[in-house]
Amino acid sequence: MRERDAKQRAKSFDEVNLGYSDEEAHAEAMRCLQCANPTCIEGCPVNIDIKSFIAGIIEGDAKRGVEVLKARNALPSACGRVCPQEEQCEAACVLARKGDPVAIGRLERYLGDLDLACDLEHRCRPDIGAPTGRRVAVVGAGPAGLACAGELARLGHAVTVFESLHAAGGVLLYGIPEFRLPKEIVAAEVEMLVEMGVEIVTDVVIGATHTVDELMGEQGFHAVFVGSGAGLPLFLGIPGENLNGVYSANEFLTRVNLMKAYDFPRHDTPVWRGRKVAVVGGGNVAMDAARTALRLGADEVFLVYRRTEEEMPARKEEVHHAREEGVEFKMLCSPVEIVGRDGWVTGMVATRMELGEPDASGRRAPVCVLDSDFVIECDTVIIALGTRANPLLTNAAPDVELNSRGYIVAGPDGETSKPGVFAGGDIVTGSATVILAMGAGKKAARAIDEWLAGSA
Amino acid sequence: MFPIIATRQLSESVFETTVSAPAIAAKVRAGQFLILRVDEAGERIPLTFSDWSSDEGWVRFIFMRVGKTTHKLSHLAAGDALLDVVGPLGKPTHVGGLGRVAVVGGGVGAAVAYPVARAMAAAGDEVTVILGARNRELLILEDEFRALPLKELVVCTDDGSAGRKDLVTAPLKELCEAGAIDHAMAIGPAIMMKFCAATTRDFAVPTTVSLNPIMVDGTGMCGACRVSVGAKTLFGCVDGPDFDGHLVDFEELMSRQRVYADVEREAAADFESECACRIK
Ligand SMILES: Cc1cc2nc3c(=O)[nH]c(=O)nc-3n(C[C@H](O)[C@H](O)[C@H](O)COP(=O)(O)OP(=O)(O)OC[C@H]3O[C@@H](n4cnc5c(N)ncnc54)[C@H](O)[C@@H]3O)c2cc1C
Ligand SMILES: Cc1cc2nc3c(=O)[nH]c(=O)nc-3n(C[C@H](O)[C@H](O)[C@H](O)COP(=O)(O)OP(=O)(O)OC[C@H]3O[C@@H](n4cnc5c(N)ncnc54)[C@H](O)[C@@H]3O)c2cc1C
Ligand code: FES
Repeated sequence: MRERDAKQRAKSFDEVNLGYSDEEAHAEAMRCLQCANPTCIEGCPVNIDIKSFIAGIIEGDAKRGVEVLKARNALPSACGRVCPQEEQCEAACVLARKGDPVAIGRLERYLGDLDLACDLEHRCRPDIGAPTGRRVAVVGAGPAGLACAGELARLGHAVTVFESLHAAGGVLLYGIPEFRLPKEIVAAEVEMLVEMGVEIVTDVVIGATHTVDELMGEQGFHAVFVGSGAGLPLFLGIPGENLNGVYSANEFLTRVNLMKAYDFPRHDTPVWRGRKVAVVGGGNVAMDAARTALRLGADEVFLVYRRTEEEMPARKEEVHHAREEGVEFKMLCSPVEIVGRDGWVTGMVATRMELGEPDASGRRAPVCVLDSDFVIECDTVIIALGTRANPLLTNAAPDVELNSRGYIVAGPDGETSKPGVFAGGDIVTGSATVILAMGAGKKAARAIDEWLAGSA
Repeated sequence: MFPIIATRQLSESVFETTVSAPAIAAKVRAGQFLILRVDEAGERIPLTFSDWSSDEGWVRFIFMRVGKTTHKLSHLAAGDALLDVVGPLGKPTHVGGLGRVAVVGGGVGAAVAYPVARAMAAAGDEVTVILGARNRELLILEDEFRALPLKELVVCTDDGSAGRKDLVTAPLKELCEAGAIDHAMAIGPAIMMKFCAATTRDFAVPTTVSLNPIMVDGTGMCGACRVSVGAKTLFGCVDGPDFDGHLVDFEELMSRQRVYADVEREAAADFESECACRIK
C-alpha cells in the first residue's frame, strides 16, 4: 500500500497509509487462491467470510463485498486499519507459508472506505427488524458498545448508548491517533448507528450520573450491556513519576487526539511539547505515543522497553513505521527513577536487562543486569504500560461479580452474575483488541435478544 | 446542550452560572464537581457545585476568571448554553458525626465551602465558618453564609476592609488553641490549604482539604490529576477531591498546577485581544 514519505509524515497528523486504488485492490484480490477450505476465516476472531468479500472485489461487485463484510463486522474501515492481521487472518492464509499472504486487512479497509465514501442513504445498511418494544442500555461507546448497539438495533430493540466522554468512539477516538485512524471514519461509523435508530447520549457517567440499578429500574431499560473498557492507566511506581513532563499514554493521547492539543491555541487544551521524549512500553499504545511525540515536534524520541523488538506486542506495521519515522529503540532497559529539576523532568535512570527463561506468557522474561544503571536525558516521559479496569461503574454496582483484578466476570455470551446485565470488551478481558471487543459486543447482543425473549 | 438559566457577577473577577441539568441535579452532594466544555474547541475544566435543586433541575457553580475558558464562561448569559456538562464527579465531602468543625473558605473557595457548611450543619455538625478574601470587593456569599445555622461566621480580609484584618489561619489557630474544634476543612488556593493544614497539625486536629489538580476526563482515565498523599499516588478526580490535609504534598500539587502556565497565559491574552477587537 502506498504510504506518505517517512520524513514528511513524521511532522504531520495526516494518515500514513494511503489505501488502495481500485486497480491496486483488484490486483491484490487476484492473488487470493479462493481456497475450497479457506483457513483465513478461522483466523478471524469474528469469522468474516473473507473468501466471499474478496470474490466480490475480483468480480468487480464491490457492493456485494461490502455486504458480506458488514454482515460480520460493523466497523470494517477501522478494523482494516488497526487489527493485528499478521497474527489473525493473514497468518492463516495459505500464502503466508511462502511469506506473502493476501493483504486481507488492506482489502477490508478498501471496501469499508468505498462504503463510507457514499452519502449516508447509499451506504450499506443492515435490515432493521420490527420494533420489539424492548429497551436496552449500552454503557460505553467504544468498539464493544457500538457493535452491541448496532446488532441490538438490527434485532429491533430500542437502544440507548451512554458515554461518559463528550463524544463516541472509545479508544478509537481518544487513544488511536489521527495518522493511523482518521477521526472522520469513527464519526461516520457512529453516524450510521444513529441512522439505524441507536440513541447516543454523551456526558453521562454510569456509576455517577446514573447507576446500573437505576437504568434497570426507574429508567425502564429491560437489559444493560457494559462495555466500559479498561481505562485506568498504570504507572511504574518509581520515584519522580509526578514530575511535570511525565504523562500516562492515556493523558498524552487524549490531550492530542480527543482534545486536539496539536492545534493549540485554536483548540484550548494544551500539551507539553518535549524536545527529548522517552516512551516506556512496547505495545501499540507506546508506538502511538512515540509517533505522536515526533509529530508534536520532538527532536528525539526514545522507546524504552524491557525486552527486545521480537517480544513487542505492537502490530508489526506500527513498529516498522515508528522506526522509519525516526523513533530510537532502546531495548532491554527498564526505568528505575525519573529525575528532575525545579519540578520538571530532566532525565530517566534505567537499568540494563537481559532475557532469561520464558515466563507464564511464553516470552523470555527480562532480568536486571547488576550495576548497569545509566541516564537517558529527556524532558518528557510517557508511560505506556497498559491499563486496568476502572472501578467507577463497578463500585456502584456491587452485585456484578468482579475477578481479583477488578474486571467483570462474564460467561461466553457476556452474561454477568446480575440477571439482565451483560458485559464485553476490555472491561471483561483486560486490554485486548478492537475486533475482540466488537466480537464480544455482538455476541452479547444475541444473548440479550434471547434473554429478552425469555423474560417477556 | 445545557441551557444557562441565570448568571450573576459576584465581584470583578468572580461569576456565578446556573445551568439546567436535571439528571445531574438529582444526584449532587456537597463537595462534588462537574466538568464542562463551553464550545467545540473548548477545554474540559472542573468546577465545584456551589448549589443545586433536584426539584427544579438546575446546578450552579461559581468561578474566578483566570484564563481562556473562564473568560469565555464569563461572557455567557441566560439563554446561552454550555456544550457539555458531566457529573457529579468525585466523592462527596464527608459530613455528619464530625462534631465541632471549622470550615475555611478562601477566595473563590467560599463557593465550595458554602454547600459543604450547609450539608454539615444539616447533618448535625456544629459549624464555624472562616471566610477569607484579599479585600471586601472579593468577599463572596457572605449573606448566604449568614443565612445558614452556623455557630459563628468569621470574616477576614488581608487589608481589613471587611471583618478582621488577618489571614484565615489566625482565627483557625485560635479555635485550635481554645480546643474548640474537632475537625477542620480547608477549601481555597493550594497555598492557603497548605498553611491551614500546617496550623492544625500542631494541635492534631484532623483536617480535610479539597484539592484542585489539573484534570482532563475527571473519571480516572488519564491520571493528569494525580496527587501524592502520604506514601501513595492518588487520583484527585476519583479518590478525591477531598484528602487528609496532613498527608498531602502541597509543593508537588502547586508545581503540577503550573505545568501549562506559560502557554495558558498566551492563549488567554490572545483571546482577550480578540474579544476586544470584536467589541469595537
Ligand atoms: C493507544 C491505543 C492504541 C491501540 N491500538 C490498537 C490497534 O492498533 N489494534 C487493536 O486491535 N487494538 C488496539 N488498541 C486496543 C483497543 O483499542 C481496545 O482493545 C478496544 O478499544 C476495547 O474496546 P472497548 O469497547 O472494550 O473499550 P473502549 O474502547 O475503552 O471504550 C469504552 C468506552 O466506555 C466509556 N466509559 C467508560 N466508563 C464509563 C462509564 N462509567 N459510563 C459511561 N461510559 C463509560 C469510555 O469513555 C469509552 O468511550 C489500542 C488501544 C490504545 C489505548
Ligand atoms: C475538582 C476541582 C474543582 C474546582 N472548582 C472550582 C470552582 O468551584 N471555582 C473556580 O473558580 N475554580 C475551580 N477549580 C479550578 C478551575 O478548574 C480552573 O480555574 C480552570 O480550569 C481554569 O481554566 P482557564 O482556561 O480559565 O484558565 P487557564 O489559563 O487554562 O488556567 C489557569 C490555571 O487553572 C488551572 N487549570 C487549568 N486547566 C485546568 C483543568 N483542566 N483542570 C484543573 N485546573 C486547571 C491551572 O492551575 C492553571 O494554571 C476547580 C478545580 C478542580 C480540579
Ligand atoms: S482527571 Fe483524568 S484521571 Fe483524574
